[in-house]
Amino acid sequence: MSALAHDHGHDHDHSHDHDHGHEHHHKDTFITKYIFSIDHKMIAKQYLITGIIMGVIGVGMSMLFRMQLAWPEESFKVFSFFLGDHAPNGVMNNDMYLALVTIHGTIMVFFVLTAGLSGTFSNLLIPLQCGARDMASGFLNMISYWLFFTSSVIMVCSLFVEAGPASAGWTIYPPLSALPQAIGGSGAGMTLWLVSMAVFIASSLMGSLNYVVTVLNLRTKGMSMTRLPLTIWAFFITAIIGIISFPVLLSAALLLIMDRSFGTSFFLSDIYIAGEVLHYQGGSPVLFEHLFWFLGHPEVYIVILPAMGLVSEIMATNSRKPIFGYRAMIMSILAIAFLSTIVWGHHMFMSGMNPFLGSVFTFTTLLIAIPSAVKAFNWITTLWKGNLQMNPAMLYSMGFVSTFITGGLTGIILGDSTLDINVHDTYFVVAHFHLVMGISALYGMFAGIYHWYPKMFGRMLNKNLGYVHFWVTTVCAYGVFFPMHFIGLAGLPRRYYTNTAFPLFDELQDVNVLITLFALVGGAFQLVFLYNFFASIFFGKRAEQNPWRSTTLEWTAPVEHMHGNWPGEIPEVHRWPYDYSKPGHDDDFVPQHIPMKDGEEELHH
Amino acid sequence: MTSLLVIIVLVLLAVALWQLTKIFDLTQIAAKANNSQVANDKDNNIQGYLMFIFLAFIYILTIYGLIKWGHFVLSTPASAHGGLVDNLMNITWVLLFVVQTITQFLLHYFAFKYRGTKDKKALYFADNDKLEFIWSVIPAIVLAGLILYGLYAWTNIMFVDEKEEDVMIVEVYAQQFKWTARYSGEDDVLGKANVRYIEGINTLGVDLADPNAQDDKVTQELHLPKGKKVLFKFRSQDVLHSAYFPHFRAQMNCVPGMVTEFAFEPIYTTAEMRDMDFMKEKVANINVIRAKKSQELVAKGGQPLDPYTFDYLLLCNKICGSSHYNMQMKVVVDTPEDFKKWLAEKPTLIEEVKAANATPAETEAPAATQDSAKAQDTTAVAKAVAAK
Repeated sequence: MSALAHDHGHDHDHSHDHDHGHEHHHKDTFITKYIFSIDHKMIAKQYLITGIIMGVIGVGMSMLFRMQLAWPEESFKVFSFFLGDHAPNGVMNNDMYLALVTIHGTIMVFFVLTAGLSGTFSNLLIPLQCGARDMASGFLNMISYWLFFTSSVIMVCSLFVEAGPASAGWTIYPPLSALPQAIGGSGAGMTLWLVSMAVFIASSLMGSLNYVVTVLNLRTKGMSMTRLPLTIWAFFITAIIGIISFPVLLSAALLLIMDRSFGTSFFLSDIYIAGEVLHYQGGSPVLFEHLFWFLGHPEVYIVILPAMGLVSEIMATNSRKPIFGYRAMIMSILAIAFLSTIVWGHHMFMSGMNPFLGSVFTFTTLLIAIPSAVKAFNWITTLWKGNLQMNPAMLYSMGFVSTFITGGLTGIILGDSTLDINVHDTYFVVAHFHLVMGISALYGMFAGIYHWYPKMFGRMLNKNLGYVHFWVTTVCAYGVFFPMHFIGLAGLPRRYYTNTAFPLFDELQDVNVLITLFALVGGAFQLVFLYNFFASIFFGKRAEQNPWRSTTLEWTAPVEHMHGNWPGEIPEVHRWPYDYSKPGHDDDFVPQHIPMKDGEEELHH
Repeated sequence: MTSLLVIIVLVLLAVALWQLTKIFDLTQIAAKANNSQVANDKDNNIQGYLMFIFLAFIYILTIYGLIKWGHFVLSTPASAHGGLVDNLMNITWVLLFVVQTITQFLLHYFAFKYRGTKDKKALYFADNDKLEFIWSVIPAIVLAGLILYGLYAWTNIMFVDEKEEDVMIVEVYAQQFKWTARYSGEDDVLGKANVRYIEGINTLGVDLADPNAQDDKVTQELHLPKGKKVLFKFRSQDVLHSAYFPHFRAQMNCVPGMVTEFAFEPIYTTAEMRDMDFMKEKVANINVIRAKKSQELVAKGGQPLDPYTFDYLLLCNKICGSSHYNMQMKVVVDTPEDFKKWLAEKPTLIEEVKAANATPAETEAPAATQDSAKAQDTTAVAKAVAAK
């Protein structure tokens, strides 16, 4: 309802003065405009900047533990600087290594790729591309962001707990995560982790409900579901699987809090540790694994689907061609979303669950390859006979398809229970999921940032810095994760502080050094992006209204942000979003709000 | 030294960045008038070529990796079912390489071929049911094949009928950060056990009153007879662990409160495996690396490393605490005769307990040393807990 409330007809005559703290007649103070804003565009920017800050922390951590892996137990000044007491004499200790790995995973998966990616672009694009004044509930949207911010602060605070932050792996399997006797990080650090995640889940649910309601109810006139850009389809379905699966993680977290603090035995049984038998009886750690992965697996699609949506949109725009197989793309999003909720067991082939379940999950898991293959082929066909405009966003989109294929293919090995026996929890898995959901989703995020930066900040990012950023990142990403497959196939387990305890792995050390060098260079070059991002907010070239000559509705809104998005009427939609290079038109794009010509055919279905 | 290295790397990076930006800026001189930050024909051209070069990078990296790192990959499985796993793995790999090579080629080649120019117009090509049908059905058929083979192999490996098949039962017991084995003895039945029975040297919590436990033997090294299927029963006393036998293509989590299972039949003794050509080469290679490292260590005043001889291993492969990286057990595959001899020499648990009770003063010391590694870790943790 609040969206309608903002449909006021006054004061949309904007001067081009950029400093608009005091030009509005309705009382927009600094606080309501920049901090407790209920405008979806400002909330999107808040999500993005918080996500970027968390990303800097997460990537920084990975650089630290990669150094430990390449030069085990050597002394580095950076370690003493960042880790303090956890790195006596500059040598990272083993508890801290596990803590870094754990928090890196948590931050990257939840705070960067869920909130930073999906939160940013769902907020920015759903109202703009659907043709709505704002989200269905701007207030809920604001709360959602501030809960996310709170959970980020709690997670960052947990880094400073004396016994160290959570260090049981990002999957926090009990009993390790439940017993402070088992590892120091399972004390206050884990408590803060759980509280942070509980708040995060609340934030995510509020956001998702808002997205679903907005897409269903606030589409502009003429915007049928089959005229929605693929971005919106992706965000919509992502929000639905989020609503289905996040509450399960919340319950797992709550039960774990009960076990830890109130003496229940949901996940614990028959434990003897530190010289005594604990009272727990009858619980099962496997139950936790089921609950965790019931979210955990849909979560990777929550991460990758929005990236897929962004890439589809950017690829069509920059190829000056309709996305190939629009309906097949929607169907495959639906198929992936459905299958994603019934494949969680492939993380648990070796967990001790009944092997018959292993067979079932192998079957459902390998089925996911079909819609994924359809998507990959459709993207490639979209490029065919296009007129490709090599903007940085387009490069990142093509990079996405490349890493998605490379990483996705090895999923056929991991999803097969028989083959998983020997590669389960080795570096092969690390290589696989980093390429297919880590790097690919990051590429999707970068593509989105380069493409919609003009919409967010009214200015352009520097394209040459963008090219440098892309090429170094893409070479380094392959440089890091490609060799990792080989050390994984050699049987090297993940989450080892050092591999020196096994002479068998000595021959892999050179590869580990190579991986670390690529990681350090790749990480350092993200500074190029950060500089480009923050400098362009102030000094970037001012953007035109539709710099990429795109068809979707957000480019019909004025560059200058205003609450309510469009001055005057909301545009009405007359066609699907992919009329690029349509025969019979002068321009190579026909925006969605342009009426059909007399006798013009709808060619796409 | 290292800080100098870091500074040098950072400086080089900065220079590289500056130069790269310059190169891209230079390419813009002609188009100086057009400063829109939107790609122009020149950008399209350069980036199109770079995409094609990147395709070469992917191919070269793949070939280089296969040649340079290919021999790291575990080969010649030491278990009967390992051949089945590796066969499926190889079939899958062939498929993946074919798909990877073709799709990456198409992607990057199209990026190069169709790089944009001002006066070109793209083809309005939105749909083609036949094409989409083909590339939905082909993956479906191929995957059906893989699924069927996978399920066949999985069922063969995982389902073991203890009553019908002639298997030897061995318990593998996990605790932070150590493995212990228990043999079921003559009766081939393990005595009951629970953490609540843990006392003194009965660290596995075996119920000493259980008749089946009377001939159980507890050992710190895992010996297996060649050619006999072994059914492992896994237990853990504290947190999740995973028993990973990479050379046998075997793995199973150890879950507190549960008994999990995995069975395999060793087909090469340790001696036979050491004698294989690929293994000799690998070990020689590793020893060259270790000799070099030893020299460095000695130069710094440290202890040289022991030369490496191959042994089968059991490693922990599920994060289990600070010393997770060093939780291992030596696995020895003997000929059946040697195995019998080795096991016969080991005392039963009951005998050990009796001996320990007879001379309580003496046995307390060894029991303490046995746990000393763990005690160190736990005291560190206990301190941390106390600090809160």
